[in-house]
Amino acid sequence: MTRGSNGVLPGFGLTLGFSVLYLSLLVLVPLSALFFRTASLSVADFFAAVASPRAIAAYQLSFGASLLAALANAFFGLVLAWVLTRYRFPGRELVDAFVDLPFALPTAVAGITLTTLLARNGWLGQFLEPLGIHAAYTPLGVTIALTFIGLPFVVRSVQPVLEDLEAEAEEAAASLGAGRLETFRRVLFPALWPALVTGSALAFARSLGEYGSVVFISGNMPLRTEIVPLLIVTKLEQYDYAGATAVATVMLVSSFALLLAINGLQAIGRRRLAGAGAGE
Amino acid sequence: MSIEVRDLWKRFGDFTALRDVSLHVEPGELLALLGPSGSGKTTLLRLIAGLERPDTGTISFEGEDATERSVRDRRVGFVFQHYALFRHMTVFENVAFGLRVRPRETRPAEPEIQARVHELLDLVQLEGLARRMPTQLSGGQRQRVALARALAVQPRVLLLDEPFGALDARVRRELRRWLRKLHDELGITSLFVTHDQEEALELADRIVVVNEGRIEQVGTPDEVYRRPATPFVFGFLGEANWLSTTIDGRKARIGFRPDDLEIALGPLDGHSFAARVSRVQSLGGRVKLELTSAAGALVRADVPAERVRTLALSPGAEVWAAPRELQVFESD
Amino acid sequence: MTAATLTHETGQASAPSLRAALQDPPAVRWTLLVLALGFVFLFLFLPLAAVFVEALSGGLTTYWAAITDPVALKAIELTLIVAAVSVPLNAVFGVSAAWAIARFEFPGKNLLITLIDLPFAVSPVISGLIFVLLFGAQGLFGPWLVEHGVKIIFAVPGILLATTFITFPFVARELIPLMQEQGSEEEEAAISLGASGWQMFRRVTLPNIRLGLLYGIVLLNARAMGEFGAVSVVSGHIRGKTNTIPLHVEILYNEYQSSAAFAVASLLALLALVTLVAKRVLEWRLRRERLT
Repeated sequence: MTRGSNGVLPGFGLTLGFSVLYLSLLVLVPLSALFFRTASLSVADFFAAVASPRAIAAYQLSFGASLLAALANAFFGLVLAWVLTRYRFPGRELVDAFVDLPFALPTAVAGITLTTLLARNGWLGQFLEPLGIHAAYTPLGVTIALTFIGLPFVVRSVQPVLEDLEAEAEEAAASLGAGRLETFRRVLFPALWPALVTGSALAFARSLGEYGSVVFISGNMPLRTEIVPLLIVTKLEQYDYAGATAVATVMLVSSFALLLAINGLQAIGRRRLAGAGAGE
Repeated sequence: MSIEVRDLWKRFGDFTALRDVSLHVEPGELLALLGPSGSGKTTLLRLIAGLERPDTGTISFEGEDATERSVRDRRVGFVFQHYALFRHMTVFENVAFGLRVRPRETRPAEPEIQARVHELLDLVQLEGLARRMPTQLSGGQRQRVALARALAVQPRVLLLDEPFGALDARVRRELRRWLRKLHDELGITSLFVTHDQEEALELADRIVVVNEGRIEQVGTPDEVYRRPATPFVFGFLGEANWLSTTIDGRKARIGFRPDDLEIALGPLDGHSFAARVSRVQSLGGRVKLELTSAAGALVRADVPAERVRTLALSPGAEVWAAPRELQVFESD
Repeated sequence: MTAATLTHETGQASAPSLRAALQDPPAVRWTLLVLALGFVFLFLFLPLAAVFVEALSGGLTTYWAAITDPVALKAIELTLIVAAVSVPLNAVFGVSAAWAIARFEFPGKNLLITLIDLPFAVSPVISGLIFVLLFGAQGLFGPWLVEHGVKIIFAVPGILLATTFITFPFVARELIPLMQEQGSEEEEAAISLGASGWQMFRRVTLPNIRLGLLYGIVLLNARAMGEFGAVSVVSGHIRGKTNTIPLHVEILYNEYQSSAAFAVASLLALLALVTLVAKRVLEWRLRRERLT
């Protein structure tokens, strides 16, 4: 890195200028349109849109399902990361590559597939319905879809930490008489905790805004299975720009707050890792 | 080509790397910039190269002011500490790089480039490795490729940043001698940065001792070793013992080297002092002694094993020590 | 998730090197394995298999008819156009931003880095919404656009904008840590040897970042072709005109043409598989390069 911008490498002005221009035109201007539009709303209108029973129901569903999905992913993601890092079994590389499927698969495809699987006569639905578990067109279905979406986040957050763990710490615990569960509870889990939380938070953030994979399985019934993104789309289709904008602003603000929190968590995690390596 | 550096200042944020540095480099000499980490020696080298710009001051090549000139226009050959070889190019392509990027008018024809590159690879004794990638080379080989690459553009001055820092001791010693030979053959004005005083003493025509952004002394190896201008220079160029004393009513520090100490069982002529042996450490042909002076100061001596046997020295023995050479500095 | 964080070594701390005292008891191992693999089977493998099974459920002829249907072909064409526009644009931006950020110090650098992460924090629907607010009929520039007969929303330009917005961080996020890690010495050496800025870029920088760039482009492309939410908002769903493959899948599905929907969806699933493979290969090569 050249110290100070008067070093010897060329292209500073060009690249910075272009990047800032691109960013402004593509990102800042459109985003500011959102805030301008919101600003032009009267406070009463804003609250009418944002706090209507329908909106509240949507928040509850989106936040609730995302939270549940994040928790499910936290558990299964940890197990999966553990199994992938610590055990050898045939097909391990394949499974590891597969973890990224929710990243790579377009959300619409995930959406129709999950719906077909969980519908009354679907591959899985046919087993669940008799048990009284209705997955399609219910909040449960939404949660399942969001679990699919968030799967890679936890696994990919925890894996590097697991891999970098020094065996010595565990061996020391074992030599001092700790059983595996004790060792996990006292030595391993505290080290994994920040990564786990970060990964879950990322999954949560992603789930909040998720549209494509959920919109098919949810059935989109207002007050029951309508997620916030769909609420925004519906308002747009009715040309209720003001309402859509208002709800979108609420969503955006919470996303930003979440992003800040995640960045903070990641910073803590990094400091922990660095400290763990340096402090002996 | 001569280099003139005048009144150079360089700051990085709050940190002042160089304070009012001035230096004259004779054409064709091999000059060492010697100092501890953070002393500013690499900064000085990079300023001369044009990889950084000074805050104030001037740099001139052959009398011409080059301060504003970019590194491309200065025609210097810079060898980076970690070689900075282009990892995706073969050895050949690395060395040929400077020739291939010349503007069309001044670019040599391809056959000529080939000839030059092979000539250079011969010079650095890497013929036959032209097709290898940098990752397939040892540290010493990479060093020589970096050198050949810098020489390919026929620089007016060669600048080397800790050229042997990353190599192991034996390779370092071999390359040192080889670099000196190369320099004598080519005669290019060369500056190299090092923190290893042994390296500077062995290789350089003159040494510039740098500390905390200032030049402490410029001189031949003999000058800086035997006639150090400041206590720092004395202490940095070799192991040093220090004694405080008063001379003519003024406070002074006396420095002398462990291997300059004469040990005897009785007082000697000159400035001898009494001491007790507190530790004897045998290292083959030489013995390291730790002495405690009457005033309680720790003095280290480095004497031939023969002498220790003759005097039958062991911990607790009372001896007299006299430095054969000493440096006196005023103390504040 | 960048390649820099993803080039983990699968198998680094795994069984053979894990010493005896650290082996989990067999009961635990089996439970965890069943749990993990069961989860993977249910949530990953099954859906993927379902796409292809459903796609072929009507037979090969139905499958072929679905993907060669003129409307479907138009959707494919539009998707390819979207990728062909957003990928190069965002690649150039990515390289440019990475150069500025990785090689220089300047005030506001952290802000720039945070802004680059923005689309990841924004719901795709909102990403589409903001362009509607700008260019839609009731938007900021709406009247002006109508006056000049320019259609952005409910037309291809809107789709291009929304997709470019959604995908712009990918290459930058890959290249920034990569270039920071590689350091600037080779480029300084190139300049000191007389190379011009472009020569340095072409001969030294580009070869060094080649793999990371490719990786970012693979991810970018997958997202650009598969984006649904944002495009859904700006496209207007005009059959044969403003439908990308994902939107076409939605239409078919909502019209109860299940096999046809899955047939077209299988194209995207294939793209996903290709992406996964390419990702893996590039990660492996990046890791190898890093170690030498």
